[in-house]
Amino acid sequence: MHALKLILRNALRHKIRTGLTVVGLTIAVLAYGLLQTVVDAWYAGADAASQTRLITRSSLSLAFTLPLSYESRIRAVEGVTTVARSTWFGGIYKEPRNFFPQFAVTPNYLDLYGEFVLPEAERQAWMRDRKGALVGRQLADQYGFKVGDVIPLRGAIYAGNWQFVVRGIFDGADDTKITRHMLFHWDYLNEWLASRPGRRANQVGVYIVGIDAPDRAAAISRAVDAQFQNSVAETLTETEQAFQLSFVSMSNEIIAAIRVVSYVVILIILAVMANTMAMSARERTSEYATLKALGFGPGFVALLIFGESLAICAVGGGIGVWLTPHAAAGFKTAAGGIFPIFMVSDSTVLAQTLCALGVGVAAAVVPAMQASRVRIVEGLRAMG
Amino acid sequence: MGVPLNYIARNLWARRLTTALTAGGLALVVFVFATVLMMDEGLKRTLVTTGELDNVVIIRKGAENEIQSGINREQAGIIEMHRAVATGEGGQRMVSKEAVILISLLRLGDNKPSNVVIRGASAMGFTLRPQVKIKEGRLFRPGAAEVIVGSSIAARFANTGIGQTLKFAQREWTVVGVFDAGGSGFDSEVWGDVEQLMQAFRRNAYSSMVARLADPTQFETFRADIGEDPRLAQEMKREQTFYSDQSKALSTFITVLGLTLSVIFSIGAMIGAMITMYASVASRVAEIGTLRALGFRRGAVLWAFLAEALLLGCVGGVVGLALASLMQLASFSTVNFQTFADLSFRFILTPDIAFKTLLFALLMGLIGGFLPAARAARLNIVDALRMV
Repeated sequence: MHALKLILRNALRHKIRTGLTVVGLTIAVLAYGLLQTVVDAWYAGADAASQTRLITRSSLSLAFTLPLSYESRIRAVEGVTTVARSTWFGGIYKEPRNFFPQFAVTPNYLDLYGEFVLPEAERQAWMRDRKGALVGRQLADQYGFKVGDVIPLRGAIYAGNWQFVVRGIFDGADDTKITRHMLFHWDYLNEWLASRPGRRANQVGVYIVGIDAPDRAAAISRAVDAQFQNSVAETLTETEQAFQLSFVSMSNEIIAAIRVVSYVVILIILAVMANTMAMSARERTSEYATLKALGFGPGFVALLIFGESLAICAVGGGIGVWLTPHAAAGFKTAAGGIFPIFMVSDSTVLAQTLCALGVGVAAAVVPAMQASRVRIVEGLRAMG
Repeated sequence: MGVPLNYIARNLWARRLTTALTAGGLALVVFVFATVLMMDEGLKRTLVTTGELDNVVIIRKGAENEIQSGINREQAGIIEMHRAVATGEGGQRMVSKEAVILISLLRLGDNKPSNVVIRGASAMGFTLRPQVKIKEGRLFRPGAAEVIVGSSIAARFANTGIGQTLKFAQREWTVVGVFDAGGSGFDSEVWGDVEQLMQAFRRNAYSSMVARLADPTQFETFRADIGEDPRLAQEMKREQTFYSDQSKALSTFITVLGLTLSVIFSIGAMIGAMITMYASVASRVAEIGTLRALGFRRGAVLWAFLAEALLLGCVGGVVGLALASLMQLASFSTVNFQTFADLSFRFILTPDIAFKTLLFALLMGLIGGFLPAARAARLNIVDALRMV
């Protein structure tokens, strides 16, 4: 009990120094948490992806399409329940920086993606309108799209000026679903292509394949790919999750860099914290000698220093952890929809706490060792 | 009269551990700051050197990159015959009609697929881009299923050694050479014979065209003619502008993320400097009193402590910059958001970046040291001398 009181008194002796150290720790823990959340946000698409959906695409790369005739052949593979078409449209809304994904899909796409909730009336309205589009809630909120609005898009892949009428707005079933995209009729795109030269009609970007049992995903994928081996357009089938992860892995050096940098901030604060503890301990050398002269052992002196270091880290780290969700919410708004999912995960909070405690312990090691070793006579002679 | 610099420097030396820890914190921040700037510089330089000054790129209107673009043979013929296009040796038009296709190759190391640009070119493609040189092996022969790979591809992707084969588009392509494109974006590409590639991929339209202008001043008329011709649906840009435009999104992303981080981290480091300087002032109150009693003015004391903080910042800056300069040995690769293809670039340190970095370090020292220095300057002589 006395030890605790002494620790707190010691910590508050230099109010400016302790205050600054706490602020530094808060910022570091906050920055670390935000960086981890950025990395998590990168993986959000893959985390939300389903195991019961497969994506069949051209094995060359995503820039290549597959013939429409593949659809019935994929459906015939055992274990396949639904086959939906989806083509990346790549339209530009007003300016290139207003990027959001648009897919031309068949209506059964909605059956495969049960996690997107759309009122039945809106679904019917979309089915009746050939130029109709469905937009996700996050997208609708960002640009203020309402049912009945016309969305003009300039086609980058399908050159021309396109207009779509919003017929429905779908919600995610829970907070982890990304609803920042737009869907419209694949038939509409196909008819437009058929009316133009260049034989680009009857092509599908990717097939989304619904299967009956997730544990047979690998076998079904192989069976699908086997159908088209040595054909003009060979396919590559994988689970939706693997498909999403392949996007993430293409920028994995950036992610690695963010990870490294998030540890750099911990190192910076470790230097600051170690400095604070080293200075405090050096100034109090004669006090520690006095304590020893009174009969306290070296363990007690070390305990005082560890305790002080941990107390400062606990306060700074605590404030940082508490602030992280608030800062994340602000960051999400400021980033303007680049990260549709930006939530602080439990593992991030745990990592933040561990880092704060780790810094507290590491910063105290050297000063505690020196203080516990100090000889009484020399210590009493020392001037702060 | 000022306090001698020697005195200031010795103060830092007297408390070596504290100085080292504070300067270490500053150095890490400086390192991050410099690395971000170097990365951005490397990215820009890679894409700017990809273009030649007198070359123009022609792509389909509305297309954002060469992969989305298309030019059919008839259109290509019209553009080729425009009078603004230079004529080379033997009366050949200096135009390269190219097919640019995205394929996925397996990366060495983690064996994951990454998108790579494969460019179908002809002999003129090499003439128009003098920076592209064969480093090992030989050029692909026209009409053969052979490809050559850029130096960053050879270093990072599986099956790209000379003599090995890549399998795509129902054919096996032998790698016959490695080319070096002087650190430009072409280093991250695979090149082959344009006609062979178009046949294999069942295409009958080129993706883009590169042309040399006979006279640089004809750029505007050439562009206007292409824009007005009803048979064409193409637009043109200077090659340098075209490639540097493609780095904009990635460059903005790196700069914004990196600078935000640097600013946040610098707060931590400045706090470190502030703590150190406050402690330095607190432990030397009597000394400051003595200085004042000897006749040094408040301004001189303020300056002495500011100089100490600046020196601390300078040490951190130099160490951080030295660490960052080691990064020049490394290269960085990521997917370019705008072309969706893999792009590899180096970290480049320029005098301008070094200057900015040192300035940033000094600024951190200055801000961290200002309040403690002001406190030292405000001390009352009599009170200070009593503090022993």
